[in-house]
Amino acid sequence: MIKITNLHACLEDENTPILNGLDLQMEDGEIHAIMGPNGSGKSTLSYVLAGRDGYKVTDGKVEMDGNDILEMEPEERSAAGLFLAFQYPVEIPGVGNMTFMRTALNSQRKARGLPEVSAADFLRLVRSKARQLHVDPGMLKRPVNYGFSGGEKKRNEILQMAVFEPKMCILDETDSGLDIDALRQVAAGVNSLRGPGRAILVITHYQRLLNYIEPDVVHILVNGRIVETGGPELAMRVEETGYKPAPAGNA
Amino acid sequence: MTLGDAQYISRDDPFAAARRQAADRLEACGLPKRGQEYWKFTDPSELNQIHSLHSLSSSITPHFGRSFELSMVGDWQDPVQQGISPRALFDGIPRSVIDIDGDDAEFELSPDIVEHGSACSIEQASLRDSSWVHEVFGELESQAHAPVPRALAAVNTRYARCGVCIRADGINAKPVEIRYSASEQQEDAVVRHVFKVERGASLTILETGTLARRTNKVLEVEVEDGASFHHVQVQGREHERVSSGHVFARLGAESTFRSFTLSVNGLMTRNECVITMTGDGSTAHVAGAAVGDSKFHHDDTVFVTHDSLDCESRQVFKKVLRNGAVGVFQGKILVKPGAQKTDGYQLSQGLLLDDLCQFLAKPELEIYADDVACSHGSTCGSVDEEALFYLRSRGIPSVQAQDMLALAFLRQALDEIEDTRLTEALQELLLDWLARHHQ
Repeated sequence: MIKITNLHACLEDENTPILNGLDLQMEDGEIHAIMGPNGSGKSTLSYVLAGRDGYKVTDGKVEMDGNDILEMEPEERSAAGLFLAFQYPVEIPGVGNMTFMRTALNSQRKARGLPEVSAADFLRLVRSKARQLHVDPGMLKRPVNYGFSGGEKKRNEILQMAVFEPKMCILDETDSGLDIDALRQVAAGVNSLRGPGRAILVITHYQRLLNYIEPDVVHILVNGRIVETGGPELAMRVEETGYKPAPAGNA
Repeated sequence: MTLGDAQYISRDDPFAAARRQAADRLEACGLPKRGQEYWKFTDPSELNQIHSLHSLSSSITPHFGRSFELSMVGDWQDPVQQGISPRALFDGIPRSVIDIDGDDAEFELSPDIVEHGSACSIEQASLRDSSWVHEVFGELESQAHAPVPRALAAVNTRYARCGVCIRADGINAKPVEIRYSASEQQEDAVVRHVFKVERGASLTILETGTLARRTNKVLEVEVEDGASFHHVQVQGREHERVSSGHVFARLGAESTFRSFTLSVNGLMTRNECVITMTGDGSTAHVAGAAVGDSKFHHDDTVFVTHDSLDCESRQVFKKVLRNGAVGVFQGKILVKPGAQKTDGYQLSQGLLLDDLCQFLAKPELEIYADDVACSHGSTCGSVDEEALFYLRSRGIPSVQAQDMLALAFLRQALDEIEDTRLTEALQELLLDWLARHHQ
């Protein structure tokens, strides 16, 4: 599904490397977790994959279904099936959530050569997904993430994931800012989307989220590189002993 | 010849007294000049031209609507008008329509154009039972002449022969649209509308289209106790359009006044709104959204006077500028002594889509009462990169995402319109404009 090879990246206006030869491969239907201490490059990885301005890839490549996504604009990556659930979903006052999601879905479909979804069909689709994910329909009528609680923002990300049906999902610290009930609800939403045709990369500080979204593979990211890979037990060990072994300064 | 041409005012003119006073005011203050504090950011010379032509022509035939030989113009309208036409903007909304054609000022006006009230043209005002027009015409304009002289409005009082007078004496659910068609021969238009909304009545006025390349327009609006007046105008999108507009409103107790202006394109636009709240508990909201590209200079100048207890005023102005366009906002809230419990706020914001644009703002508060809540906010910036990336990461192409954010930025001003059907229609027009003006 996705293959990251020797990825090196830094901030565009600085030369300090953040990602230092990251390798990662995920197959269809898998859930991987990346855990790592502060400053290890987790968020940078998610932004570089999604194509955010301000980062410079100095080496390596990222292939999705055999296509080099680093050459694509963010919207092209989205149309190709990549989805980033933001750590801090952006509030956009003045843009209605429904308008936003429908515009986004139809933009993706247009790029794929598919016909647009009508307003009525889209309404039915979103309502049905919202019901499945226990999303308050009132959220659909409000501006994108504007005035949403932390839990609502994350639920809105998962709702978009359900509506867009991307192939490759990256969940950047989806557990941050969530109370336990919201965490369970969001995790249930993610679990309902796991399955064939989709891979999910969960980026997190803590093992807690992984109690609810059980990964097939766990990676430890330190100083911009995967230093260890294992099964769910690796996450348990990190929870007990911290990020060890680690190079100086990253304990 | 003097500036006001007072000697040419006919005794038969039903507004002779008001016109003479306007001529005197004009004589005393002169035309505005660049560099005066009130014209700090806008060069009035093009707007002053409207006066010159009428001054010269007034000795020949001081009648708007006839072609002046000396004001014949070339092809100033867009050769090809694409997209949504402002004139057809409200076609889906039940309303009465008054068509004013730039080539024929003697438009048809049926008195039953309003459900509850009466209507006549400025020309007819002397013929019908319309003494109320004389109580308003020139009165609100002259009151607003201090502390700042408003010479262009005085020009209008002196010369305007075309316009609509409407008096509402009940609830008028159906808006009245004044729809302008541009003349191909007429360079200038001087238009005057007079509205009176009597106690407890309501009236909604829509204005669309463009009457001439250069227009000097004044609205005088008397809103009596408990009455409400809503006004939505869409200034024509011709690139060469030059316009000076004034809205003068006087508000009685517990009355409501709302005015919203959408401006797309235009070379030079100066919209002044002067509101005086004379009755307790009145509400005034004045808002505007402007989008402009390259040679676009758009100035909103607002003066709200709180002269009563417990009144609320809002000013919300937003401008989206690209390719060197210039946006200006001068807004003032004056709270007079004794106008306690005033709640006043003004917001002016510019969204600059490139480094060549300018947004110039001069917000002012002058407060002589001690129990008031009065504030202002003014910002100027570029598109929010975080929001842009968020939209793009969801598959929305960069240009379209930028349009969505521009529209979202304007939304707060559009939300000042009470009738959501009108808001939606204007939103469509804006989307259409944005889509047709990509770099």
